Amino acid sequence: MTENVTLTIDGKQVSVESDTTLLKAAQQIGVDIPTICFHEATTSNALCRICVVEVEGQRLLQPACIVKAAQDMKVRTRSEKVVRARRTVLEMLASTMDLSDAPEILTMMDEYGASAERFPDAERRESEVKDDNPMYVRDYSKCLLCWRCVQVCAEDAQYTFAINFDGRGFETQIGTFFDRSIPETSCVLCGQCVAVCPTGALKPKREFLLEQGMSPNEISVLNTGRKRRKEK
Amino acid sequence: MIKPDRIVTTTCPYCGVGCNLELHVKDDFIFKVTSPFDSPVNHGNLCVKGRFGYDYIYHPKRVTTPLIRKTKQEAGRRTQAFDLSEWREVSWDEALDYAADRLVEIYKRGGSDAMAVYCCAKATNEDNYLLQKMYRSIFRTNNVDHCTRLCHAGSVVALQQAVGSSAMSNTASQVIQNDVFIVTGSNTTENHPIISLQMKEAVQKHGAKMIVVDPRRIELVDFADLWLPLKPGTNVPVFTAMAYVIVTENLVNHDFINDRTEGYTEFLASLEDFTPEYAEKISGVPAEDIRKAARMYATAKNAAIYWGMGISQLSHGTASALALIHLAFLTGHIGRDGTGLNPLRGQNNVQGASDMGAMPFHYPGYMRVDNEDNAAKWEKTWNIEAGGLSRKLGLTTTEILSHAHEGGVRALYIMGENPMMSEPNLNETRKHMEQLEFLVAQDIFINESGAFADVFLPATPFAEKDGTFSNTDRRVQRVRAAQKPRGQSRPDWQIICDLALRLESRLGRVTAKWDYSNPEEILREMAGVNLDYAGITYERIDKVGLIYPVPNMNHPGTPTLFKDSFPRGRGKFHVLDYVPVMEEADDEFPFILTTGRVLEHWHGGTMTRNSALNEAYPEARVQMHPADAEMHGIRDGDPVKVQSRRGEVVLRATVTEKTTVGVVFIPFHFAEAAANLLTNDALDPQAKIPEFKACAVQVFPAREDELAHPDVMLSRGRY
Repeated sequence: MTENVTLTIDGKQVSVESDTTLLKAAQQIGVDIPTICFHEATTSNALCRICVVEVEGQRLLQPACIVKAAQDMKVRTRSEKVVRARRTVLEMLASTMDLSDAPEILTMMDEYGASAERFPDAERRESEVKDDNPMYVRDYSKCLLCWRCVQVCAEDAQYTFAINFDGRGFETQIGTFFDRSIPETSCVLCGQCVAVCPTGALKPKREFLLEQGMSPNEISVLNTGRKRRKEK
Repeated sequence: MIKPDRIVTTTCPYCGVGCNLELHVKDDFIFKVTSPFDSPVNHGNLCVKGRFGYDYIYHPKRVTTPLIRKTKQEAGRRTQAFDLSEWREVSWDEALDYAADRLVEIYKRGGSDAMAVYCCAKATNEDNYLLQKMYRSIFRTNNVDHCTRLCHAGSVVALQQAVGSSAMSNTASQVIQNDVFIVTGSNTTENHPIISLQMKEAVQKHGAKMIVVDPRRIELVDFADLWLPLKPGTNVPVFTAMAYVIVTENLVNHDFINDRTEGYTEFLASLEDFTPEYAEKISGVPAEDIRKAARMYATAKNAAIYWGMGISQLSHGTASALALIHLAFLTGHIGRDGTGLNPLRGQNNVQGASDMGAMPFHYPGYMRVDNEDNAAKWEKTWNIEAGGLSRKLGLTTTEILSHAHEGGVRALYIMGENPMMSEPNLNETRKHMEQLEFLVAQDIFINESGAFADVFLPATPFAEKDGTFSNTDRRVQRVRAAQKPRGQSRPDWQIICDLALRLESRLGRVTAKWDYSNPEEILREMAGVNLDYAGITYERIDKVGLIYPVPNMNHPGTPTLFKDSFPRGRGKFHVLDYVPVMEEADDEFPFILTTGRVLEHWHGGTMTRNSALNEAYPEARVQMHPADAEMHGIRDGDPVKVQSRRGEVVLRATVTEKTTVGVVFIPFHFAEAAANLLTNDALDPQAKIPEFKACAVQVFPAREDELAHPDVMLSRGRY
């Protein structure tokens, strides 16, 4: 059995089960902590660091999505240090990736006074749109590497393991085994990755085509004749 | 970013899982589908069909205008017309008047036995209730059936005989509460993808042990503790040998047997021959593995059985299902959460269509038609004079067509089904279709069956109508219109009501009531007699569905059945004999063909072959084991001819260890290489289900130019 612990978040006391994360504990008393890589349906990995909070006695800011509540913990979710860290996270994201399909992050940037121009010399992570299967397209220029797609493809939902991290450091990108096209992988085309993508990097093909300016009627007659396929 | 005009929550139109969908609509075009992560059914997970397979709605070949054939069709010389140039576009009035005139003329001449109807496991409960009501109340016939006959009829009959109910005893989401579970005759990963996710989760995260009993090395085998690769059609010896082990090793639950069952003594006596060694000789499954499986199942705290068509689609499908039921009786693994007897129902609404009485022996609510009290109840509901409804059992799906001859069935009405793909031995089916005097097709495309019709009534798909589906869990869920019907198409229930009124006035019948203002009124009329649905209203199932039985307006639903007793009282053991499949492999036809589905396609292909899903899986393939392929000089991708005593098809081979030696597999979605040209139309004597899962075939190398579409090549990493 888990025990209850009492902690203080932004001066308010809250009592929760001891395996509760700070994020969930804060939610219980109506304190809103922003999240980007966190998703209710995936395992939290504290990758994006937007949810950091200050915990008294800890030298470093703590990611609220994974750190568990403890007895007498004192947590500040909007301290100056926290706000500065979140602003920097957002500015670094904006300097390297295309956030145009991530309205929630853009709203956060406004809220935190983050400037997309903060790091003008930063190299942007550019990538061609990958349109290699009939169901969805991948535009990794818009990917922030939250890992949600990889996780739902693996143990968080599908047990299919078609995609994973590829490359190291700045070169890291979501990829397939040997960079094969999606149809050549173990992918079941379930689109669960599309469902959890927070930035529009993964998109249903039909939505993508609408955005490209095609009309519903034009989309509906695509590939309705017999499709020619390459010999192996 | 595209901002949707609206987001409409509804239920997936594909398999029996009943996933919750959110349709994102812009300018009457669904451009995206999501699913709520708090859905109790699928937790936000979808498969490729549910998430992407809705584009058939906008396919240019969808028919949205009523049509009448230009050339008058005659019995014996009926032809198929796929091309619109062979049809005349007409008004709804003309189409319905024409249908009504012809149906009434044939009914007056040939009587009730000349009339028959196929209801539809894809349509809503309301649609199905009305169609069977139309045939029963107006034409006074019970020649009413649908494709449940072709999928789980064996399971339904067995469960009715043994427990007195015929749905899953527990919900699929309870699989994570199982300690041990058996999956048999179900390629769950491809056929009920979301249930298979829950099975994998049960094994990987909850410590459950899975036993797969299947002639194919399906993907779930990767997650299983034990795989029993039995020869197709040897379920009875394998599962009865498990019963033998449970009894001889005294792993039985005596209290349960004493308190809840009957017929045990006779059953015990019949077990003597079913040793694991005997089962090994017949099935090829090592006796020791049968023992292991029996011990695992019997000694688990909570154990359950999930099964699919591999059990029921056999000429002894009823016996196969009974053999599974016995295991639950012997061990008491039923009546508690995390246990149970669970036939995974195929279609999105096959459970519902059965509940609605779209069957030849039952009114809605599984009320036998040959029972006076039942008939009287429906006579009252439908304003019919006492004794007016037929008490005679109707013909089943397969029988309806085999009775299509002079003096038999003359007029057939098909709503949404495609017997010209889904019946066994299609060459024979074709001859029967040709014999019909009149055929009405109510569908969204002119499929292989609708092409035979005289009149085509354009209906709407799931996204253009309101109603309910009942999933494999017995969960009744809402279906909601996301957009206007395209063209002149109309929801099925409205078409049926308009036609029924025309029929009644031509025949001078007192009206059975067809002036519904919305589908909920239809459901409530049905629920007034079918008390399993008594407590279901659209308001109560607005957010999440209710699992029937829901006997009153305050009842929360019944996820787990049989907690205290079975509907028939005591669970009944049956003495079983091993009967081989009707057609065993021999020198001339050395392979056993088994059929089924693939993830990307749905049954006869009316929907999925008119979708981007067809790009993802564009051609029929026959799976062969590498050892068999080598012996016949066949390489992966080679064209081959597969021949049975009834027909032949040419398609490419996939050489794979997913099938076992001596067994080949063909999915039945592809008209250009229809697996059902080959299958055997032998029927289970009780359930009348055909033996789709086993027939003898030969495989020959063929030429590229013999393929229907040599330029099409499946190229997928996972196949």
